[in-house]
Amino acid sequence: MAADAAPSPAATGAAEPRHGLRIFLIWLVASAIADPLLWFVLGPHMPPGAMTDAAASQQVDLNVMAVMSAPVTIFVIIYFIYALVVWRHREGDDEDGPAIHGNARISALWIGGTAVIVLSLFVYGTVRLISPPGAGGGEGNTPVWRPAGAPAAAALAAQTSAWQPGSVLQVQVIAQQWWFTYRYPQLGGFETTHLMLPVGQEIQFNVTSLDVIHSFWAYQLGVKADANPQLNNVAYVKTEHTGSVVVRCSELCGLWHGAMFDYGKVMPLAQFQAWAASTRTQLVALTTELPPYALTYDANAVKQLGKAFHQAGLFGAGGGYYGPQYPVSP
Amino acid sequence: MSVSARAVTLLVAFLAVVAGAFFIVIHYLLGGPPTVDYTSSASGGQVNVTMQTDASSNPQAVADHPTWVSYFIKSPQTGAWLHTTLFTVPAHTRVNVTILGYDGSTPIRNQVWGHVTGTIGDVAYYGGKPVQVVNGWNGPYLIQHTFAIPALGVSVPVEAGPGTCLTGPCTNKAHSTTTFSFMSPSAGTYRWQCFIPCGLSFLYGNGGPMSTIGYMSGNMQVVG
Repeated sequence: MAADAAPSPAATGAAEPRHGLRIFLIWLVASAIADPLLWFVLGPHMPPGAMTDAAASQQVDLNVMAVMSAPVTIFVIIYFIYALVVWRHREGDDEDGPAIHGNARISALWIGGTAVIVLSLFVYGTVRLISPPGAGGGEGNTPVWRPAGAPAAAALAAQTSAWQPGSVLQVQVIAQQWWFTYRYPQLGGFETTHLMLPVGQEIQFNVTSLDVIHSFWAYQLGVKADANPQLNNVAYVKTEHTGSVVVRCSELCGLWHGAMFDYGKVMPLAQFQAWAASTRTQLVALTTELPPYALTYDANAVKQLGKAFHQAGLFGAGGGYYGPQYPVSP
Repeated sequence: MSVSARAVTLLVAFLAVVAGAFFIVIHYLLGGPPTVDYTSSASGGQVNVTMQTDASSNPQAVADHPTWVSYFIKSPQTGAWLHTTLFTVPAHTRVNVTILGYDGSTPIRNQVWGHVTGTIGDVAYYGGKPVQVVNGWNGPYLIQHTFAIPALGVSVPVEAGPGTCLTGPCTNKAHSTTTFSFMSPSAGTYRWQCFIPCGLSFLYGNGGPMSTIGYMSGNMQVVG
């Protein structure tokens, strides 16, 4: 050690400060400030908002994650800064610090704390999948978690009776390259190109595809469900606030995947009923031409008709019909 | 190898890489289909856009994939049919579209695209006869393709031709004529596409020409 260097506490005989206690107190104060700010100030603005119970639930989950992770992040930052300031190398001080390996108390604290955080989040996350039912995610054709009064998916196709406010409103989401369309089986079975929903109602999305795999992602609704051909994927939400909705495809599905988005709306009940009545009337000619409502639609049916056309010598553009020599690589 | 030889080799290799990158960039930037400019032909707040559909094309007109189904657009300046799906129209103008159908019928996958929407009066005309809902499966009219600009809500089923032309662009064969009009919006780029699965041999009929600019998908550029 150089003669003009600042003497270390050990060299002068002074007691070593209680660094752990210092860091703990600084961390405690910083965390006590940060967490309420995160929860009460930033929390209400966290995505995806609170338009539905699923969205609100996801917002709470994100807030919980933020509140739990902030103290961990703050600890790392404080420790880093403390080490830089207090334990920095000083001119002429070439003495090694004490070895820190083999400290069972720190090891137990670190492993135990990490385990508690991870396991508690595991339990929390699992519970949050149940309430609200499915947390806005697609649950497949036979959803495990359903709102009270929601019919089983298998019974959906037959339930085309008129919808009554307060009961579950079924909305079929039909994905195709490259647009979503929406069918309302309880409102006459009409199909539209924009998603309209009433506020304060339980919604049952039945998501399917007519061609490749898409994903129905209604961000503000807190819904994300894959759209698979020949499969019905059910997701539930309860609308709680009016507002605009952006629907995007979140599964890379081809050339216009990036343009496969549209806008919808959650509107007051009376306004929705008026919209449904007028749309039903406007689309009556189209609705009569639609196939009967079903949970999935067979895109291969196009092949069959294309095949018939082909065999009849009508060489059209093909209609998705694959002859024995197909598919071929482009 | 001498230092000078190594330096020359390095320089040549560097220039080769730069030239290759330059070629690729230029190829993709300038090698796409041409854009048909309709802005100069607009008058009286209207512009007339003319297209045709063909089952396949003359290899001299379409070198890349002549067997693919394709749109062609007529140049208002020269009258020539260009193999492209890119065109430009002025903003807030009535766009009168005429599509000559030289392709046979293709069953529609989702009947919702058999509904004429987004046009003036929500109507299209097949040979002058108004249509609003066309059943692509049962007739009386058959559909070959659709012309749809989803962002504008424009969707028009295009009537199938009486036969198919395999050497597009075609000018002297029997064809169907589908006409409709819509108002162009504010300036911007609006994608349009066919919603009929007409990509023969491709997965669900939506690959190949359905997924390639210049065939059954394109952009309408609206300029202010």
